[in-house]
Amino acid sequence: MKLTGAEIILECLVREGVEIMFGYPGGAILPTYDAMTKYPQLRHVLVRHEQGAAHMADGYARATGKVGVAIATSGPGSTNLVTGIATAMMDSSPIVCITGQVPSTAIGSDAFQEADITGITLPITKHNYLVYDVRELAYTIREAFHIARTGRPGPVLIDIPKDVQNAVTEFVYPEEPIELPGYQPPQYASDEDIAAALRLIEQAERPLILAGHGIVMSGAGREVLEFAERTQTPFALTLLGKGGLPETHPLSLGMMGMHGTGYANLAIQNADLLLAFGMRFDDRVTGNLKTYAPNAKKIHIDIDSSEIHKNVRVDVPIVGDLRAVMTQLLPHVKPMEHKAWLAQIRDWMEDADERDIVHRDVGDRLFAAHVIHDMWKATGGDATVVTDVGQHQMWEAQYYLHERPHTLITSGGLGTMGFGLPAAIGASLGLRQPVWAIVGDGGFQMTMTELGTAMQERVPVHIAIINNGFLGMVRQWQEFFYEERYNATPMLSPDFVKLAEAYGIPARRVTRREEVIPAIEWANSITDCPTLIDFVVEKHDLVYPMVPAGADLHAMIRRPLPSEDSI
Amino acid sequence: MKRTLVALVENKPGVLNRVASLFRRRNFNIDSLTVGRTENPAISRMTIVVEADAEKIRTQLYKLVNVIQVEDVTDLPEVTRDLALIKVRVDSKTRGEVVQLCDIFRAHIVDATPEAVIVEVTGNEDKINSMVELLRPIGILEMVRTGVVTMTRGDHVLSPNGYKMRPSGNGYRTNVL
Repeated sequence: MKLTGAEIILECLVREGVEIMFGYPGGAILPTYDAMTKYPQLRHVLVRHEQGAAHMADGYARATGKVGVAIATSGPGSTNLVTGIATAMMDSSPIVCITGQVPSTAIGSDAFQEADITGITLPITKHNYLVYDVRELAYTIREAFHIARTGRPGPVLIDIPKDVQNAVTEFVYPEEPIELPGYQPPQYASDEDIAAALRLIEQAERPLILAGHGIVMSGAGREVLEFAERTQTPFALTLLGKGGLPETHPLSLGMMGMHGTGYANLAIQNADLLLAFGMRFDDRVTGNLKTYAPNAKKIHIDIDSSEIHKNVRVDVPIVGDLRAVMTQLLPHVKPMEHKAWLAQIRDWMEDADERDIVHRDVGDRLFAAHVIHDMWKATGGDATVVTDVGQHQMWEAQYYLHERPHTLITSGGLGTMGFGLPAAIGASLGLRQPVWAIVGDGGFQMTMTELGTAMQERVPVHIAIINNGFLGMVRQWQEFFYEERYNATPMLSPDFVKLAEAYGIPARRVTRREEVIPAIEWANSITDCPTLIDFVVEKHDLVYPMVPAGADLHAMIRRPLPSEDSI
Repeated sequence: MKRTLVALVENKPGVLNRVASLFRRRNFNIDSLTVGRTENPAISRMTIVVEADAEKIRTQLYKLVNVIQVEDVTDLPEVTRDLALIKVRVDSKTRGEVVQLCDIFRAHIVDATPEAVIVEVTGNEDKINSMVELLRPIGILEMVRTGVVTMTRGDHVLSPNGYKMRPSGNGYRTNVL
């Protein structure tokens, strides 16, 4: 069967199980867009900016566990993808980006809309390709999907010159399994590793599980929970680990790190064994490395060998797939009790409860914590929530307790403002069900152009703007560390309700606590188009606790007790 | 302390760039990097001398899809060679001196004119450094060094065999045999 390069691209996408592509056409990718008319089974979502396409592919991937696909033209189309690709790289999200390139004969001539996108994305992709020969195309696409979804997943970019898209060749789909000499993702641990881990587990009196994104990605939630329950080991979650283990579980300590719970951080600092499962000791999680978990032995299970000893030296490193390793470990794990340790943690929890804003009478003021706490209640704790980046993101992490994997989608590693709305669109389209997008007034304005995409495709994304009129997280740092000089953080916003209405999106504004749950129920009743709620919240609230960057993990700034402060 | 790594990589366009880019991005300082073919045309071999944590570099290199094998050979018995071409200004008085030095260092004069000679010297870095220091007072006009290549002694090998190139289009694809 003779096919053009463009047809081969789409033929291969169909065979990879792709059902939806997020993209934006342009000169160098036009042959592929033209060929799309012959592939109605591939749904194309027209974005308003290519950054949105990359984030949508990312949101789709994180919600479904499948590979997301973004398509853009050469030059500015491809460079607009860059922020989305870097976001996916930092959070190990499997996406494949296909970019058009100027004809191969023009490469290097500074042709119109030429950009060296394989050069530009070299350090922010797991791998990338520039395909010069149409006969290489099918194999390259197959290899790209294989690399994106296996091992530690990540973004892969394929740059395809226009003449390669137009060239015709005999299409032979490579059926044989992909074998790459330099790419063999690890699976199982050695028996010695398992034995060494078991020795530490059996000796521990104050063990703690640190559960990261790896739990979600390898689908190891059930195995890790079984381990936690059998050994009565409490667990703390990283931001991206949320959902990996049920947060309402009595052994759950919630999120750890800079804005983690006080008791999770104190548990880390007092533990005698850390079981780091699929996490990478990010600086936002450890604080000062010199004083981090000083009394703890450490077992580190990760699929990426370069994460071992990268930030924290560990006693038992295990490179492998977390779920595979847990299935090796579990049969040898004996039931244990850690009563004194759990009692100690309960004391810390009571102190935190006393400080918590949701337990206080705040009169008729509306705090973001209330909005998110009420949203958690009104959605039964079972919604898929996508956030943007900033204070609202941390409040989501603190007050929305997730039970199932893939239900919190957020930009953790890169901290990409503007991620929320497009990622939510991708997630909703992937799940074919409504999702909540919790965004700040700052980040939302970075990509709110995608309201057009959401409405054109009638995606049921419920947008909750936590609107405090500030770039709140930056303002918080200015308050704590820059003597309250609020430079460039107050932000004028449009009337978001009118803005939504201009797109035909139903919207309302909430300023009082009693309106929160009715508004969320109103949005939940609409399932055939986006909705928007503008929650106007306290301008000057802060995310507590906070470990200042680089400070000791136990040196948290806590919310003052009611007796110490009016709020 | 300097560490020497030997890496087998796929012989494909852009692989050197990927390796160099990794070193820049991770802030690893390269002392010397050489790359060349092996007896298997699908595989190239790099010798990388670094002043950094070699284990971190090794695991980072393994993340590159085109990197097949990496070994830290610093503590293994090895043969290390660097080659230098050194152009020295000479006159009738100093020419003899240069010839003498070449004898001592088992170097060769590969080009001679009335004003200058080119000395070719091979050996480990220390030997070449000494040669350079002795030639410097005579008058070095120009110098070029290849950077070091290293091979472990005995039957310890980093074998590039077991991989083949599958011709496909105008490029080549490396497969496990």
